[in-house]
Amino acid sequence: MSDIIICLFSGSGYDRVAQGVVGAGRRMANQLNGRLHAVIVGAHDAELNIRVASVADAVVTADQRDLAQYQPELHLNAITQICREIRPSAVLFGNDTYSQESAPRLAHRLGGAAAGDCLDLITHDGAIRVKRSVYGGKAIATIELKRRPAVVWLRARAFDPVATASASVTTVRQTRLNLQADDRTRIIERKSEAAGQARLEDARVIVSGGRGLGGPEPFDDLQELAAMLGGQTAASRAACDSGWCPPSWQVGQTGKKVAPGLYIAVAIRGASQHMAGISDAKSIAAINIDADAPIFKNCRFGIVEDYRKVIPLLKEKLAALHK
Amino acid sequence: MGIICPFFLGYQKGAVNIIVCLKQILDPEIPVRDFHVDGEKKEAVRGSANLVTNIFCENALETALQLREKLGEKSGCRITALTFGAEAAEDTLRKALAMKADAATLVINDGHPHPDPLAVAQTLAAAIRKIGEFDLVMLGRESGDWGVAQTGGLLAEELGASCVSFVDHIEASDDGPDAGLIVKRQTDNGWEKLTAKPPLVVTITNNEFNVPRIPKTRDIMMSARQPITKWTLEEIGVNAAEIRTGGNYYEVVDLTIPVKEVTCEFVSGDTLEQKIEKFAERIIEITRAL
Repeated sequence: MSDIIICLFSGSGYDRVAQGVVGAGRRMANQLNGRLHAVIVGAHDAELNIRVASVADAVVTADQRDLAQYQPELHLNAITQICREIRPSAVLFGNDTYSQESAPRLAHRLGGAAAGDCLDLITHDGAIRVKRSVYGGKAIATIELKRRPAVVWLRARAFDPVATASASVTTVRQTRLNLQADDRTRIIERKSEAAGQARLEDARVIVSGGRGLGGPEPFDDLQELAAMLGGQTAASRAACDSGWCPPSWQVGQTGKKVAPGLYIAVAIRGASQHMAGISDAKSIAAINIDADAPIFKNCRFGIVEDYRKVIPLLKEKLAALHK
Repeated sequence: MGIICPFFLGYQKGAVNIIVCLKQILDPEIPVRDFHVDGEKKEAVRGSANLVTNIFCENALETALQLREKLGEKSGCRITALTFGAEAAEDTLRKALAMKADAATLVINDGHPHPDPLAVAQTLAAAIRKIGEFDLVMLGRESGDWGVAQTGGLLAEELGASCVSFVDHIEASDDGPDAGLIVKRQTDNGWEKLTAKPPLVVTITNNEFNVPRIPKTRDIMMSARQPITKWTLEEIGVNAAEIRTGGNYYEVVDLTIPVKEVTCEFVSGDTLEQKIEKFAERIIEITRAL
């Protein structure tokens, strides 16, 4: 029982999250000398199936009609059934909404143990350990899972994709599950606020605003600035709680965990909870009126000035430099 | 009497029974320089930090209070605040009562200060069964200390209930009580609406509308005199010894504070314009290299 399952919900293609999960699964299976099974649940995605099949030893897709659109109870039942057949020692998920919702319940059903938002996976004398950030990013804990399977959802971008996919592509097996209808909960409406936009988690540049902006209006400026840099706009929890921007913009321990090449924090103080969401950013720049703001302890370069004075001029300079 | 009344009967009468689970934690707002860990016990050193109610738990209570308000006085909707914690966690329940929860129950934890999530879920499930009837259990999506984010899901399994995560709004369906509740939840890039029938467990996340209310001074004073039900682990019928020891689900084997080595370069210049120019140059330099 040293086989590993990676579980993906189709719908986002072979994105960075999927690549991170696949990479983590491949390395873990190699370390444990087990087979890597990929379970792909949801509407059929041929491209995703093929990409995963070039890395995994076995691919099972559950793409029957009743699973085309995610429903919490139904999809959990489907994944549980498949896992019971394979009897893995670990099941790995990404950190998307559906994965986070499913993982602890799956662990319970399989008699396993779960851990979430993991930054590292360690196999150690037969034990499975994970590292995760705790106390709002102030500390790192190493946790040993005492039951099998270990069900782990990963901060997927912290895991490298596989370096080279193998030339041989595994056969993709389409499974037909006998699922009982479960109408206790039913998703009746879905709305994507970032329609047509790349996901915040995949942004190369992020311009983010905080409480210091004082209201919703400055976000227009931030959006313009982000557009000039080919980036996206985000916000701190304080700004989202104030209703200045949608909750899906929230970055931090309790919002999105992002990993851009450049993160520009505008009027964000940089409490550890916020920093926990940007620990994977390559470079952080800050604009803040307070030189003692904690953000300056974590950024590569910064400017101590009122953002109101900085942003208009900054846009001019960037426009000039771009030419 | 409530114990013999099945939940759905209560529900069809329009009386929604809500249990809100709350957790008391070390104030997550303490500055990094005041934060220390005990490597032996593998937990944070309390030091001078306050104990507070986890913010998402307060968002959950606020969402429950708003649902009760929408259902109206006559609906008989009842909110019970429940916590599993040390004696000091009574403060969290007093605050919940001051915010106008109807009743409060404390299961006293005299064992491991941070029981594993399965131990927590088993304890809460046993307490909920002892409380008697429920339609809706509401919890914060995760705590500001260990951020485990599993209690809701595990509790749903323990109770045999369905579960929806990252919920920020709940209302009664217009189609009458049989249609259940309408639940709105946040997703990676937007939101989803669900119909949900009790018994249901939801984990609550924050939005602009569920910022916890500040209790009135009068209600704070009244809450000090309200009764709080206190149960020991033995009294709720769990394997108390196992819960006290914890760690058969998972075990924390190491806890450390990461070392960060970043020095911020403050852009220099004689005038604001020069500084901003430097700042812009650095931005271009980095973005071109991406």
